[in-house]
Amino acid sequence: MNRLAQTALLFLLGATLLHAGTTDLYLRYVKEGLRPMVLLAGAVLIATAAATLWYDRRTPADDHHRHREPRVSWLLALPVLALILVAPPALGSYSAAHTGTALTKPFGFPALPTGDAPLRLAVADYAGRAVYDGGRSLRDRRLKITGFVTLDREGTPYLVRMGLNCCAADAQPVKIALTGAIPPVLRPDTWLEVTGTYTPRRMKDPVNGGPIPYLRVTTARPVPTPHDPYDETWNT
Amino acid sequence: MPSRTTGGTGPVAITKTVPPGSAERGDPETDGGGEAGSGEEGRYLNSPLLLTLVLLTAVMFQDPIRGALAAPVMQSWMTVFVAVMVQALPFLVLGVLLSAAIAVFVPPSFFARALPKRPALAVPVAGAAGAVLPGCECASVPVAGALVRRGVTPAAALAFLLSAPAINPIVLTATAVAFPGNPEMVLARFVASLLVACSMGWLWHRLGRTDWLRPPARASYEGRGRGAAFWGSVRHDVTHAGGFLVIGAMAAATLKAVVPAQWLSVAAGNPVLSVLVLAVLAVLLSICSEADAFVAASLTQFSLTARLTFLVVGPMIDLKLFAMQAGTFGRAFALRFAPATFALAVVVSALTGSVLL
Repeated sequence: MNRLAQTALLFLLGATLLHAGTTDLYLRYVKEGLRPMVLLAGAVLIATAAATLWYDRRTPADDHHRHREPRVSWLLALPVLALILVAPPALGSYSAAHTGTALTKPFGFPALPTGDAPLRLAVADYAGRAVYDGGRSLRDRRLKITGFVTLDREGTPYLVRMGLNCCAADAQPVKIALTGAIPPVLRPDTWLEVTGTYTPRRMKDPVNGGPIPYLRVTTARPVPTPHDPYDETWNT
Repeated sequence: MPSRTTGGTGPVAITKTVPPGSAERGDPETDGGGEAGSGEEGRYLNSPLLLTLVLLTAVMFQDPIRGALAAPVMQSWMTVFVAVMVQALPFLVLGVLLSAAIAVFVPPSFFARALPKRPALAVPVAGAAGAVLPGCECASVPVAGALVRRGVTPAAALAFLLSAPAINPIVLTATAVAFPGNPEMVLARFVASLLVACSMGWLWHRLGRTDWLRPPARASYEGRGRGAAFWGSVRHDVTHAGGFLVIGAMAAATLKAVVPAQWLSVAAGNPVLSVLVLAVLAVLLSICSEADAFVAASLTQFSLTARLTFLVVGPMIDLKLFAMQAGTFGRAFALRFAPATFALAVVVSALTGSVLL
């Protein structure tokens, strides 16, 4: 790959990063906090491409003929193509079904707001309170939880949210098993807003033996994928 | 892919680096493979043209490509691959900018003054200096390469390479947050990582041979302006190290998709096996050192010592680091350095774990 092709590739890579960073695309892959870094990296790559052209114009380098560049650079076209053409979705039911629940004991259980309105809870918050607090703060409350549907090999439905610390490579699921008025047809990866109540029933994750609490469903309605498909709060 | 015609002296396979002792070693213009055939002028049109063709073909056949990648396992593979790239590229760019600045703006005499003359003393100083590079392992490889080029003794540069991703404040803070009930984990990680980094530096000083270390060759920028040299270095390092990062990201995504989580729970029961399994897992998963503490915290079925091993091995050697080290320092180096680092890291963290945890 010679200098001109390298320059073009750097420009494309930078433009791809800028595209991912200026839209919500980057949230499928990395945490929100990395956005400035992604944008900056994109800008630097474009600046590098521009600077290479600029200096080549000013000093028409005569070493073009002897200059060899690493062939491995060609591989950089792959992430560009993957992001522009395919833009793979955020991790969903496939990796959730193949990874054990990553529920860990929360540091504490802050008091929940009181009132009659359904209480909005994160998947990990519900699971933590149900498993490690005996559901004390959850009894007799109507709860509203959003997550995506995952079915395991036996067809047991779970409501799952993936937690993320840095990028999707370290994403781990927290699962809630569903019981009660489960919708008759459940497609994996559908995002649901489930209204339900606490039940003390528990099960063990078939993958790693981790604890999975149940939720008694009263209603469930499909919702669009949230702005940030990952839960970034659960252990930071 | 580029056409591989006769006439070039470069090796053929994409991932191959220059074999030591080949005719190319003396050529400052050469770097790890390269466009074969330098005699005919017409061929220089090839690579931009080829790039255009590759991109256009991919766009034309995007529907079949998408269809082939629609299986869930392929999709999650792609997501992890793209995620590793998007997450690592900013840190790689940061490291490359820093290494270009070292290469162009810092005179070699600075390092001669800053580091002790004796390599045995320079190693711990460089290792401790790793604490000031706030980033993950992708940033430290190009910086260590630049240090070697600037005349820093390789032993010290390698100590820096190993310690920087593990003991900088960001990583230690993340470790403290991930293990709120075990603050001794932070100390153990710091001590074990620094020990391994310095030991590897000293080991290289005693046993290392210069001809294993392919001097990170590059086009010479002598006689050109500082701006041209700076941007030339950035362009070269991003395309080079970035290509190896792609290899590492693909390997990590493959293993994340393939290794079943059930194996882990079997291994957790045995104290010796659990240390080894988490050490291997750290290599295979190639998680950024700023995030690995959270993953380690979630591996609750394992002992603290086993999880410490995960945290010490991961930033020092994993698949993407191995690919990047092979690209920067040569394969002969990486094939010797990586296993030694792995073994030493496992032993030291097991010992540190039994003393401190």
